[in-house]
Amino acid sequence: MADPSESSAARAGAPPPSRPAPASAPQAGAAFGAVGKPLRRADGRAKVTGETRFADDLSLPGMLFMKLKRSSVPHARILEVDAAAALAVPGVRAVLTGRDFPVPYGILPVSQDEHALCVDKVRFVGDPVAAVVAADELVAEEAARLVAVRYQPLATIASPEEALATPEPRIHEYGDGGNVHKAVALDFGDVPAALASADQVFEDLFFYQGSTHLALEQHATLAYLDADGRLTIATSTQVPHYLHRAAAKVLGVPPARLRVIAQPQGGGFGGKTDLFNHEIVAAKAALITGRPVKVSLTREEVFACHRGRHPVLMRLRTGVGRDGRILGHSVETLLDGGAYGGYGVASTFYTGALETVTYRMDRYRFRGCRTFTNKPPCGPKRGHGTPQPRFGLEVHLDKICQKLGRDPAEWRIQNALAAGSLTANWMKVRTIGLVGCLEAVVAASRWKERRGKLGPGRGLGLASSAYLCGAGLPIYFNDMPHSGVQLLLDRGGGVTVFCGAAEVGQGSDTVLAVLVAEVLGLDPDDVKLVTGDTALGPVDLGSYSSRVTLMMGNAAVEAAGRARDRLAAAAAQALEVPLERVGFGGGRVFDVGDPDRAITFAEAVQRAEAEGGTVGTVGSYRPPPPPSRYKGGGVGPSPAYSYTAAVVEVEVDAATGVVRVVKVWIAHDIGRALNPVLVRGQVEGSVYMGLGEALMEEQAFRRLPPRLSGALVHQAPSMLEYKSPATVDMPEVETILVDGPEPNGPFGAKEVGQGPLLPIPPAVANAVHDAVGVRVDEVPITPEKVLAALKAGSRRHGPEAFPSIAWPEPLVVPPPWEGGDGSAVNEPRRSEQRGRRPPEASKP
Amino acid sequence: MMRLPRFRYLGPRSLGEAVAVLADLGPEAAPLAGGTDLLPNMKRRQQTPATVVGLRGIASLRERSADPGRGLTLGAMTRLSELERDGAIWAAWPALARAASLVATPPLRNMGTLGGNLCLDTRCSYYDQSQEWREAIGFCMKKDGAVCWVAPGSDRCWAVSSSDTAPVLCALGAEVTLASRGGERRIPVADLFADDGIRHLARRPDEILAAVYLPAPRDGERAVYLKLRRRGSFDFPVLGVAARARLGAGGVVESARIVIGGVGSRPQEARAAGEFLVGRRLGEEEAIREAARLVAQVAKPLQNTDFSLGWRKQMAREYAARALRELAG
Repeated sequence: MADPSESSAARAGAPPPSRPAPASAPQAGAAFGAVGKPLRRADGRAKVTGETRFADDLSLPGMLFMKLKRSSVPHARILEVDAAAALAVPGVRAVLTGRDFPVPYGILPVSQDEHALCVDKVRFVGDPVAAVVAADELVAEEAARLVAVRYQPLATIASPEEALATPEPRIHEYGDGGNVHKAVALDFGDVPAALASADQVFEDLFFYQGSTHLALEQHATLAYLDADGRLTIATSTQVPHYLHRAAAKVLGVPPARLRVIAQPQGGGFGGKTDLFNHEIVAAKAALITGRPVKVSLTREEVFACHRGRHPVLMRLRTGVGRDGRILGHSVETLLDGGAYGGYGVASTFYTGALETVTYRMDRYRFRGCRTFTNKPPCGPKRGHGTPQPRFGLEVHLDKICQKLGRDPAEWRIQNALAAGSLTANWMKVRTIGLVGCLEAVVAASRWKERRGKLGPGRGLGLASSAYLCGAGLPIYFNDMPHSGVQLLLDRGGGVTVFCGAAEVGQGSDTVLAVLVAEVLGLDPDDVKLVTGDTALGPVDLGSYSSRVTLMMGNAAVEAAGRARDRLAAAAAQALEVPLERVGFGGGRVFDVGDPDRAITFAEAVQRAEAEGGTVGTVGSYRPPPPPSRYKGGGVGPSPAYSYTAAVVEVEVDAATGVVRVVKVWIAHDIGRALNPVLVRGQVEGSVYMGLGEALMEEQAFRRLPPRLSGALVHQAPSMLEYKSPATVDMPEVETILVDGPEPNGPFGAKEVGQGPLLPIPPAVANAVHDAVGVRVDEVPITPEKVLAALKAGSRRHGPEAFPSIAWPEPLVVPPPWEGGDGSAVNEPRRSEQRGRRPPEASKP
Repeated sequence: MMRLPRFRYLGPRSLGEAVAVLADLGPEAAPLAGGTDLLPNMKRRQQTPATVVGLRGIASLRERSADPGRGLTLGAMTRLSELERDGAIWAAWPALARAASLVATPPLRNMGTLGGNLCLDTRCSYYDQSQEWREAIGFCMKKDGAVCWVAPGSDRCWAVSSSDTAPVLCALGAEVTLASRGGERRIPVADLFADDGIRHLARRPDEILAAVYLPAPRDGERAVYLKLRRRGSFDFPVLGVAARARLGAGGVVESARIVIGGVGSRPQEARAAGEFLVGRRLGEEEAIREAARLVAQVAKPLQNTDFSLGWRKQMAREYAARALRELAG
């Protein structure tokens, strides 16, 4: 039984840091300069005045425009691509086809299944077949329509159930058999035995519909050769480093002569985290024509790029003891992957990896299966693979609490994981703000007084969740840092910070400026930033997995600490005080014992430069090695986990089934807010996105009558008909930030970009139940489904069956308390590098 | 971005000039009012007029003339946002002001016009798609194809009338003026529409919808409009219920007209429901329920808009009842 006071203690006084902070950096608890202040964002002025140059704003003299010719059929062999008519159009400069791209790629080493243009097959409507480069965009568009493609149609697969039932024709020639891309099985202790010994066993089926990111900015790329013939790709990407690697390989360009610039972005949410055809094809077109080549995707093309939330069917089983404790828990997931691998193997593991990090469970069993289908590929969207099982678990627990007669908030508080735990699947969790978050939303929403007492049609629902602060492993095997930061201090007292991190709107530039300014005692506005450019900054792996604040932040603190050390030494001499009495603040370096004795920051730089040469420092960060050593254990470990709890109040119209969200109370375990305004913005944005998924968003597809047509198309690839909530649909949100510095985070900070989405969909579902007594066990919770549940004898609407899947032989990994060392007992021992190696990399 | 196709643009300065152009060019020309319907349709190549005839330079299309006691004539280029901000419209024709205020979004209402909203192209989830998307389904009979994918056995197009103002103006008994080189004709708004997704307007290609006439409300007359859509903004109606009634002494209905939009290729009048209400007190819940049942009989939604057709059918009854309750006050 977790003791709430123990968690409170952990929140208040964090365990000692596992990694020493730079010697002279301010320690947690000290008064802060820039940290924690609601300062204007580093890129705020440029964005408000329209100065920000998004990729689509870029233009160069002599620039050509490119348009992709995309497949109009869902699955077919390409018999012929005839570009003659297109090439004959005045203004057309080049037509590229799959023959120009023999080298395959893929974001994960195990899924090298994409070509920049399709070579012999198309796999979904929207798969790019050819590219037309012309003097203007309209000419390129019209000429692309003239590219004649002859197809030999193949049978299509529209759902995972169809994929399992249809091993032939295969969409890809690799994977775990037929149209199964990946099937995994992990046993952490004997769950069947735990269920047999349980007081009660519960089972539920859930479905979580797919959704897309819907960033306002549509993807765009400008590729050009510089005066020295070096290739630059300026693009809307969250992962400039990964694109740099892939583009160099596919294009056959030496990496040293390729530069990728991640332009500032109008939203990513994971939608710009993969490698996209148009980026590589535009680069090739620039190489072929020698001219700058621009491509701007339409909204419909962005729907085809997708890489969004996987639709997931889930079966959960839980055995509880008499006290309500979880003795054994089992999750089976079936993912609709779409037409390519992308991040899919990681997504599959993520549907199981974080099931254990919120509540104590003695034993855990995971089965995950991802299938290929003839639809745009799925991938990472805010929460990557975890919102689906989180929805299942939190609704499942609500039902369990109902049956046990327990208050769902009390149950969660009593069963919350303790700080410093090692979970059944060997995830090491350090600080945990879960209980603090639960207590905060329970108090703010007056949960105890109001739940179940709001009258007909009104209800409260609660859920909590956890998320990573950065993936513990890179996506390709290497021993290098995950993030690097370089500082240059000039004689005028200016500081320029170089880092490969991509600002996608989440505020990473601001975090960088605030942290460097904090360590050096400057105003963040005085810190110049050069980010997202592979030629001008050290590698940062990218803006995904909520990793940037923690990893880039630690690298920045290290780099700034090293600069501070040099300046402090020079200033100590100038001020004639011992080193430990040197303080930084307000643009000055001073004697902490007598703050009037000071030199300016610029003078400190000059003295340091005179003393030891140019003042430039570097810092880098690599996460601690994870304790999980089994294959698949590379997905889920993180230096820290953030926690969130939410209470949602809804009004349900029993005559129409329409659900209106009245208010959301949400508490997030932020560790320490580096900029509380940005943190709240991320929380509110996550609530918004979570409500969209809970109530209306659907990346849905349709077939036509099969006797008439083989079409398989996106239902509504437009911002009008793909329904995402409008401003007026947004309820009031009360955001509570729960502090509790995380020793692994910079100044104690944790992530906020993704975690706060997670509790929203299940809290809405639980609130609907409180309001009208029905269970809608799938999202989106549409009026039709609520009405169907109200009319059903079972008072439920949701999936009815989970198909039979031929699972592989499970890896057996004893939980920490059942012995073992984090390895599978039935897997050959892996090399000493195993802890750092992603699960995929060990495969040929 | 999605580009407009090539086209010729003409900007006549008078209605006479405009109708002369249309008479010369015939169906190859398309009149352009606010552009919020035509231009996106052109980007998607649903409509590909060789010539676009801009009406913005014709001052007379923005004029209005009030005839005290008899009604109001509004130029067809009156913007929807003007209607929603006009106290006189709210006072005399609140259902119209409300319908105008519920169209799309504020920026679109600043461009969109009353005439344009009446002439809105019919909508369908198999039709309101890009050329590439429509190519992937082999197109449909409304543009470039032969089949209606909503009802593949059907020989007609089932695209949906999606105007918010049309059902209201039908219920109010409003009229429109259609101008051509041959002169003007004035017809009831209800006669502007035909029950066919392709030939949905009685407007001939050489005609311009020039004005809308609103009859002055009589004593005891009231009207309401309810709109059903997924979100609180932006969306076209999946159902619109316009109801007008004249109440005599004791709240007894003397006349009633209920017109629903979004569930057919034209606004549908529920004549039986209106007749049923005559002579009954509108405040009686039983009368409302029976009238709502009769309204729902007229609604024939198909699977070609947002939401499932079964739910939309159920909602026709529910929303009709709500509209009548609101009408009863």
